[in-house]
Amino acid sequence: MSAENKTITIDPVTRLEGHARITIHLDAGGAVEDARFHVTEFRGFEKFCEGRPLWEMPGITARICGICPVSHLLASAKAGDEVLAVSVPEAAANLRRLMNLGQIIQSHALSFFHLSAPDLLLGMDADPGTRNVFGLMAKEPDLARDGIRLRQFGQEVIEILGGKKIHPSWAVPGGVRVPLSEKGRDAIRERLPEARRISREALDLFRKIAERFAEEAAVLGDFSTLFLGLVAKDGGWEHYDGTIRVMDSEGIRVADGLDPRQYRSYIAEAVEDWSYLKFPYYRERGYPDGAYRVGPLARLNLCDHMPTPLAEEARQAFRATADGKAVTSSFYYHYARLVEILAAVEEVERLIDDEKTRSPRIRAEAGVNRSNGVGVSEAPRGTLFHDYEVDEHGLITRVNLIIATGQNNLAMNRTVLQAARHYIKGSAIPEGFLNRIEAGVRAFDPCLSCSTHALGQMPLQVTLYGPKGEKLDERTRD
Amino acid sequence: MKVTTLTINGELVSASPGTTLLEAARENGLDIPTLCAIEGLSTVGACRLCLVEIEGSSRLQPSCVTAAEEGMEVRTDSDRLQRYRRMALELFFAERNHVCPVCVANGHCELQDRARDVGMDHVRVPYRHPDLSVDITHERFGLDHNRCILCTRCVRACDELEGAHTWDLAGRGRNTHVITDLNEPWGEALSCTSCGKCVEACPTGAIFHKGSTVAEMEHRRDRIRFIAQARGKKEWTP
Ligand code: SF4
Ligand code: FES
Repeated sequence: MSAENKTITIDPVTRLEGHARITIHLDAGGAVEDARFHVTEFRGFEKFCEGRPLWEMPGITARICGICPVSHLLASAKAGDEVLAVSVPEAAANLRRLMNLGQIIQSHALSFFHLSAPDLLLGMDADPGTRNVFGLMAKEPDLARDGIRLRQFGQEVIEILGGKKIHPSWAVPGGVRVPLSEKGRDAIRERLPEARRISREALDLFRKIAERFAEEAAVLGDFSTLFLGLVAKDGGWEHYDGTIRVMDSEGIRVADGLDPRQYRSYIAEAVEDWSYLKFPYYRERGYPDGAYRVGPLARLNLCDHMPTPLAEEARQAFRATADGKAVTSSFYYHYARLVEILAAVEEVERLIDDEKTRSPRIRAEAGVNRSNGVGVSEAPRGTLFHDYEVDEHGLITRVNLIIATGQNNLAMNRTVLQAARHYIKGSAIPEGFLNRIEAGVRAFDPCLSCSTHALGQMPLQVTLYGPKGEKLDERTRD
Repeated sequence: MKVTTLTINGELVSASPGTTLLEAARENGLDIPTLCAIEGLSTVGACRLCLVEIEGSSRLQPSCVTAAEEGMEVRTDSDRLQRYRRMALELFFAERNHVCPVCVANGHCELQDRARDVGMDHVRVPYRHPDLSVDITHERFGLDHNRCILCTRCVRACDELEGAHTWDLAGRGRNTHVITDLNEPWGEALSCTSCGKCVEACPTGAIFHKGSTVAEMEHRRDRIRFIAQARGKKEWTP
């Protein structure tokens, strides 16, 4: 930024609680020079955990990061496994996988059907009063109902495993606390056919409407970045274990087989004074060139195949849209999410009937055998790292968490910048711009409270600044 | 046997001699909320939750340590008492760091139960947020001072039932805290027999089974009464 441009820092007084805040800066020629997506959540969380016993961490992290509790529960339990230096019983690993699949289904269904489908099916310029799940219900009642059912299915898988009440502490260092009951297995099995139908139909629907959004797909987050995520040992799609793979936009592998526990050797984190969310980047490429994306889009770009037949077919069709390169438009996060829902439904089916899942051995007991542990899993939104250091008895002395939304932070900022460059001409914020920005940010499904209001639009404030830092225009909506 | 006759909340009740007001009330089907008292151990009157009004005395009396006397007129649930109890509970919450949603005893905590009973939905005094430690040096158990309400149940269970007297109180006023042996880490306390009675007795998540995660800690507090009865009266009734 040039010297005459003012640095905007987050002002806790003027910032709107629960609003996503975006600032856009014009250069002397009136062109968009920079745009920023300010995140004012996530403070002091890591400090809070210091001094706590390791065994409480799954429950604590699940409760404090309330938007995807299951993901934190699992990553934390995995970090705990490392500290105990145990390998969890096979049944426990399968059960944790099942819960993560339930989480992927419910979270993706929420993102697609409740939060994004109104935009996609009713149009981005539809009346904001009806551009929500209720409007969807009125216009596409079957689809809306299906979306709700699919999400319920995912939630049911989670509840059947974890129970409503004990849910925050179901997974523990060493395994899980309760096995899957016969009754629970039957209940899941019964709902599988419907879940499979809904996920297939949603995929078909998306393929049909995707063309309508060619402009949005090109200007809302289509750029080259790296992609990072877990892949299975055989290179297949992975959500719970495996090793880290990194790929560039050309589809070329930058790194493969990286040990997730060594994440510090290849991921670094930058800090900016205008965001509480850190900016992780791929170390070797520097900041900000090492920007990478995680989540559904990354996972589908990275893996060689899906574990189940229908999902593999869908993955091939998805990758074919990019001619062998990586799919780079963030708009296609939606597409990737739908492929993953299908994969998750198929995987649930496989796992509940797997003999190993039925073993009563579900928890390995051990004391503290290592002074640190890193647990990594794929949350619906992307790779999640929990990194703990403990004293000899197991009290936490240091915590570092790298969350999916953080890793997508650079890409979300670039999405906002790309949208601003495309839509802003002159010194005013045009009508409809907020909807576009909202759709651009939503594609990443960030875990910010402002973006996860299930009903209605995202509370948003966009401010446009001139070259001297003077405010030119501002639009806010609640 | 001579019985004592008194009135509780306007009702004439009888009590066997030597009983406390709390016992007299409970024998007659009237409950008074308690925290530090637990069946099977001596009473100390530490928490002040069981306060009652006695006609002719302007001071409130802890019923768990006040003897039932002939002709006493006692009230257990006046508005004033309800206000006091609620305040006492709020002070417990404000004094240390009780974070129910992430506590091992969430759902199995007597402090939480009592707060729910009186409809305590918030705390009106400022929280102290003291900087307290957690001791998990013992092989099987842990102690979290953040959650201790200084009821001394652990001290009494260890002393009166196990006879080890590992636990004690140290410090004064707001610095009072429980210690093991001569303020050594629990894992190094030689007198501890690892019997686990303190774990069962503790009303909150302050003493817990090591390895417990959120809401996992279920104290079996009725065991304290069971052991006391078995020891004292050779009666092994559940
Ligand atoms: S540790 Fe538990 S039993 Fe002991 S004094 Fe504190 S609250 Fe009471
Ligand atoms: S129960 Fe009587 S003072 Fe605690």
